[in-house]
Amino acid sequence: MTDTALHRDPEEAAALRKHILSRIVIYGLLAIFASVYLLPLFVVIFNSFRDLPEIAQNGLIAFPRSFSFKSWFDAWGTYCINGACEGMAKNFWNSVYMVIPATIISTLLGALNGYILSKWRFKGSELLFTCMLFGVFMPGQIALMPWAYILGTTGLNKTMWGLVLVHVVQGISFTTLFCRNFYVNIPDDLIKAARIDGAGFWRIFYKIILPISPPILIVTVIWQFTGIWNEFLYGVVLTTGKNQPITAALVALSSNGTNVRNYDVMSAGVLIGALPPLLVYFFGGKYFVRGLTQGAIK
Amino acid sequence: MAELLIRDVRKSFGSVEVLKGIDLDVQSGEFIALVGPSGCGKSTLLAIIAGLEKATSGTISIGNRVVNNVAPKDRDIAMVFQSYALYPTMTVRENMLFGMEARHVPKPEREAALKRVSALLQIDQLMNRKPGQLSGGQRQRVAMGRALVRDPALFLFDEPLSNLDAKLRVEMRTEIKKLHQRVGKTTVYVTHDQVEAMTLSSRIAVLNKGVLQQFGEPQTIYDKPANMFVAGFMGSPAMNFLPAILGSGTVEIDGAGVPLPLARTVSAKPGKRVVLGVRPEHLTLAGTSSDRATLTAPAELVEPTGSETHVVFRLGARELVARFVPSQAPRAGETMRLAVDMEKACLFDADTEAAIS
Repeated sequence: MTDTALHRDPEEAAALRKHILSRIVIYGLLAIFASVYLLPLFVVIFNSFRDLPEIAQNGLIAFPRSFSFKSWFDAWGTYCINGACEGMAKNFWNSVYMVIPATIISTLLGALNGYILSKWRFKGSELLFTCMLFGVFMPGQIALMPWAYILGTTGLNKTMWGLVLVHVVQGISFTTLFCRNFYVNIPDDLIKAARIDGAGFWRIFYKIILPISPPILIVTVIWQFTGIWNEFLYGVVLTTGKNQPITAALVALSSNGTNVRNYDVMSAGVLIGALPPLLVYFFGGKYFVRGLTQGAIK
Repeated sequence: MAELLIRDVRKSFGSVEVLKGIDLDVQSGEFIALVGPSGCGKSTLLAIIAGLEKATSGTISIGNRVVNNVAPKDRDIAMVFQSYALYPTMTVRENMLFGMEARHVPKPEREAALKRVSALLQIDQLMNRKPGQLSGGQRQRVAMGRALVRDPALFLFDEPLSNLDAKLRVEMRTEIKKLHQRVGKTTVYVTHDQVEAMTLSSRIAVLNKGVLQQFGEPQTIYDKPANMFVAGFMGSPAMNFLPAILGSGTVEIDGAGVPLPLARTVSAKPGKRVVLGVRPEHLTLAGTSSDRATLTAPAELVEPTGSETHVVFRLGARELVARFVPSQAPRAGETMRLAVDMEKACLFDADTEAAIS
């Protein structure tokens, strides 16, 4: 007994040392790369709390020597953008009012489309699905002129409802793809059993399909929310001034015509604009990965 | 309670015809097994009865009502699926109530039906669990319970026991038989397992390649198969098929040398090529000289199963399987004289494979 224990100890110790060393190397490398990616974020966060004179004096990349919330209040409520000194508050709420209905509607339509294209196939439904997939690969710029025309003739231009319509339609390809691929894995027998039980199209949808759907609905909601919130091109082209979403306001803010670069206000503005999608990822991120990797039925 | 009539039902998927004119009369309260190898069309036929598939032609009627254009939910049927198809997000209680809710059955009736069926199947204590928390056998019970609460005219089972392990399968088989004896509903049961078909049903319909081969009581199917397919499909180990030539009142197996006397007169003429079908239990060790039909063959392989021993004999180019009580089984290598029970042996036409009367 003692003999074998003595014999084994050095081997175990060596293995342990090797294990610890490899962990140190792995985590060290990970920490380096993480800090490289996080560095710009830290710079922006620091600058949003620094005074402008101090930034000018110590440079853009430096540890803060001063601390105030002034630039946050400026960016939110008083900073002059496009001639109006009302900050980004209005644009922030524009984005909120746009992103919430657009996300909900496009997600629900995607779920409905996915349900039909996987469980109620009809002649030509596969072709229809293939056509819808084109929307996934199509760059947004292609549709810019048609959208400008449609919104112009329907009178929806320069309103948030116009942008809601655009984002719903542009988003359907993705939401349909996500939901359809999720629902394909739900056994057809469930639908057959429900049909024999006496349930129709809608009852099966909201009593059987939707309760199974949370994993994929979370994925589509996060995808749509961040995509629509961060979208810039449609926002800047199809709306103007106070009706613009926050992404358009951010660009306007940074290109203000004075010769002073207000790095403090710009940093705060960027963070205000980035906060909602960050929070969505923060709270929904783990469901995002889970929803994409796990099947419909465990 | 209702009878089910199937008249010349055909079904094609594109150019592939999977059902080639099926006729079946199922009487009220009968338990019918649809049996056949995979791809024979039995599941398609069940789906057509359920209304989940449309027949290309032919009629289906349930209880004197042609239901070809009636939606599944209005056919007064219930179905148990191989995968059970329990709604995964609902509890057992919700699963069982779902059908009645969809049909707007009044609440007191729903509760009464639930109580009746849960007591019948002994699943009261599972009511608040989700399907994921149930064992295979419990899911099977719940799936049957969901079918039973609605008190349908016709029960459909689509290979309901295939997903269970061997022991549980035998248990549930008995359960289903008891259940049918108690509720007495007309039942159509699809299976590829001939033992299930034999044990459960009052009549068996054997399908192959979309054609109904034979429809009759289990013992008739077993004893008097209509053709070589039915004979070979039903029974395990399978029936021995021995190519032979007909003499006058005898049949001579190729390579065996001695003609065997027939137990009855047959319609076919001497000199005709036939196939003699002998079930493994109809071969015994020839003891007394009174055995008139005997074969001599060496035992090649011995397979004990515990309750009985299967012995493979070599007869010319053919193998011959016989079934023995373990204590009487010959050993491998021994050459035995085997008596053929000619009363029970079957004769088939070598060309058409149909039974010779």
